[in-house]
Amino acid sequence: MPEVVVENVHKSFGALEVLKGVSLSVGRGEVFALIGRSGSGKSTLLRCMNGLEKINSGKIEIAGHALGGDAKALRKLRTDVGIVFQSYNLFPHLTVGENIMLAPRIVKDVAKTKAREVAREVLHLVGLSEKFDSYPDQLSGGQQQRVAIARSLAMRPKVMLFDEVTSALDPELTEEVLTVMENLARDGMTMILVTHEMGFARRVATQTIFMHKGRIWEQGPSAALFADPETPELRQFVKSDVK
Amino acid sequence: MTLKTFGLDQFGFLLFSLQWTILLTVIALIGGGLLGFAVALARTSQLKPVRIAAATYIQIIQGIPVLMILFLSYYGLSLAGFELPPLFAAGASMTVYASGYLAEIWRGSIQAVPKQQWEASESLAMTRLQQYRYVILPQAMRISLPPTVGFAVQVVKNTSITSIIGFVELARAGQLINNATFQPFRVFLAVAALYFVVCYPLSQLSRLLERRLHAGSSR
Amino acid sequence: MSYTFQFGVLAQYQDQILSGIWLTIKISVLSIILGCAAGIGLASVRSIWGGAVRFLVDAYVEIIRNTPFLVQLFIVYFGLPGLGLRVGADTAALIGMTINLAAYSTEIIRAGIEAVHKSQIEAGEALGFTRFQIYRHVIIVPAIAKVYPALCSQFVLMMLASSICSAISTQELAASAAFVESQTYRSFEIYIAVTLIYLVLALALRAVLAVVGMWLFGRRVARRTMTALPEVQA
Ligand SMILES: Nc1ncnc2c1ncn2[C@@H]1O[C@H](COP(=O)(O)OP(=O)(O)OP(=O)(O)O)[C@@H](O)[C@H]1O
Ligand SMILES: [Mg+2]
Repeated sequence: MPEVVVENVHKSFGALEVLKGVSLSVGRGEVFALIGRSGSGKSTLLRCMNGLEKINSGKIEIAGHALGGDAKALRKLRTDVGIVFQSYNLFPHLTVGENIMLAPRIVKDVAKTKAREVAREVLHLVGLSEKFDSYPDQLSGGQQQRVAIARSLAMRPKVMLFDEVTSALDPELTEEVLTVMENLARDGMTMILVTHEMGFARRVATQTIFMHKGRIWEQGPSAALFADPETPELRQFVKSDVK
Repeated sequence: MTLKTFGLDQFGFLLFSLQWTILLTVIALIGGGLLGFAVALARTSQLKPVRIAAATYIQIIQGIPVLMILFLSYYGLSLAGFELPPLFAAGASMTVYASGYLAEIWRGSIQAVPKQQWEASESLAMTRLQQYRYVILPQAMRISLPPTVGFAVQVVKNTSITSIIGFVELARAGQLINNATFQPFRVFLAVAALYFVVCYPLSQLSRLLERRLHAGSSR
Repeated sequence: MSYTFQFGVLAQYQDQILSGIWLTIKISVLSIILGCAAGIGLASVRSIWGGAVRFLVDAYVEIIRNTPFLVQLFIVYFGLPGLGLRVGADTAALIGMTINLAAYSTEIIRAGIEAVHKSQIEAGEALGFTRFQIYRHVIIVPAIAKVYPALCSQFVLMMLASSICSAISTQELAASAAFVESQTYRSFEIYIAVTLIYLVLALALRAVLAVVGMWLFGRRVARRTMTALPEVQA
């Protein structure tokens, strides 16, 4: 049973069709990288997977939940699916610890001491144990992004979605975030990540999907895909990215 | 009244009446705050008809004189069969007036919270209520503080309008003293000075908060 | 409710209402023109001369903005005669409104002036403008264009606040409402009707100001003027 199933998904914003029949299937513990030009629909596909965008037609099943139920069903799905954004989106009025503990406490009714324990554990995982009582604006971008990852992990998700989480970061900071993600992958987390880091995709992702004009243009095991692109579009994309 | 000249006693009466001005302001801010908060939430609702109704309410309150709100409350309440002291009409009208403006201030503050905060909290499986309670409103509150304090100054000043229906607050007290002493210049300067003493620090506080909001961190 | 609304009786007082509307429009338009002109002048001298002038202008602005309009009217109408200056109710209303609006306009335009960047002034100098030309074209006009919507909101608020002038027996719209009320005792009807008239006046004034804004500063400013709600300034 795959952890994520996307079947013939269509999505339009007004007259603009952004996803034109996308299908994919991600097994448990697999890591999928989504690459493609700006505007090809990568973020939209990711956001559809946790219901931030409503799809026009098709089917999405993720972590054992089918998308398209009522608000309650959607919340249930979201407790099992974490998402991390390019712009961190930490809650600026809460400390790092509070940021992480908030959702487990109020959504999953976890007791305070337990929530604190979980928070310490996930913070340790991202290497920021000492920042428990700091506020987000006292952290670097890379640290904030790692806290955002920890905040998602505290919900004990079965699937993690990442949308260009390193695009706003300097190279060194990018590295520390990628390391965290690589560790997660090694620990068996099912992950789908939109990324511009081709090296990372090639090294960590089991499969890479090249999106083009709202479609899955090409897909395959990462190493093979990068080594030997079939379509001229991907060849062009890989070449232009190496620079 | 047997007041003859504007002296200490008269000033004492002004000070006493200032309490009513302040009480009325507090009523307006609490009542108008509650009502305005509800309207602000309605204004940011996901349901379009609710949003439009709230917007219409705000447009109407901000498009009519405070004096008319006062008269409508005054005559409306008595028409509904209530024989109430002027404090009620005064309090009711100031509440309605304040609600229309506070609703707009707070709508702006809620919408000033970046939409990513909604997305992040939604993605963490929070209900809309939890999003408001734990993520959006705490941030909106900080943003709204300077203009809310600034608006309190407007409320203090506009409570003077209730003197027109005979509610004895500071401005009305000034008129009464003037009727007895015929020293309008002195009396009303003293009245103005008392208003200034209340309003000026609030204005400055609002400015200070504004500066701090722009300079400081997002906490 | 046992009460039956009778808006019909109001028809016979049409003339009073119309003359009230007319006076409201007159004192509002005049005070807007005078107050705005004074505001431009005061904000300018304040930023050009600085020093004592700036202090005096700021003191004036703060005093007016931190005291009620009603009390300002009382001082003008009841207080000035004691100093040998006797003014009628209409004149007192106009003076009071102008003094009040001038202070708010000064404050709003001041904010606009302070938002003009130094680099723009330097660009003006580089182009060989005279100081007056720089002041007019590089500072004042852009400043006013920027704050025009806020200024207009203040104008609308002033028009609405002109109803307070009824307290010093200026026979504007609110006073004519009170008169009709005293004749007919149809309090609720008259005040509902007059409230609606004010609402229409407010919308109309905003529309006129938007047209003026379009003519002076172009379409974008005009659109912001229509949608701006009164800003609450501290
Ligand atoms: N909320 C929206 N309303 C209208 N159009 C949208 C919306 N979100 C995305 N789009 C459009 O959908 C298309 C795909 O956007 P998407 O963000 O999915 O691209 P992307 O592949 O993630 O690009 P990037 O690499 O720049 O992030 C773009 O043309 C974008 O303008
Ligand atoms: Mg994207």
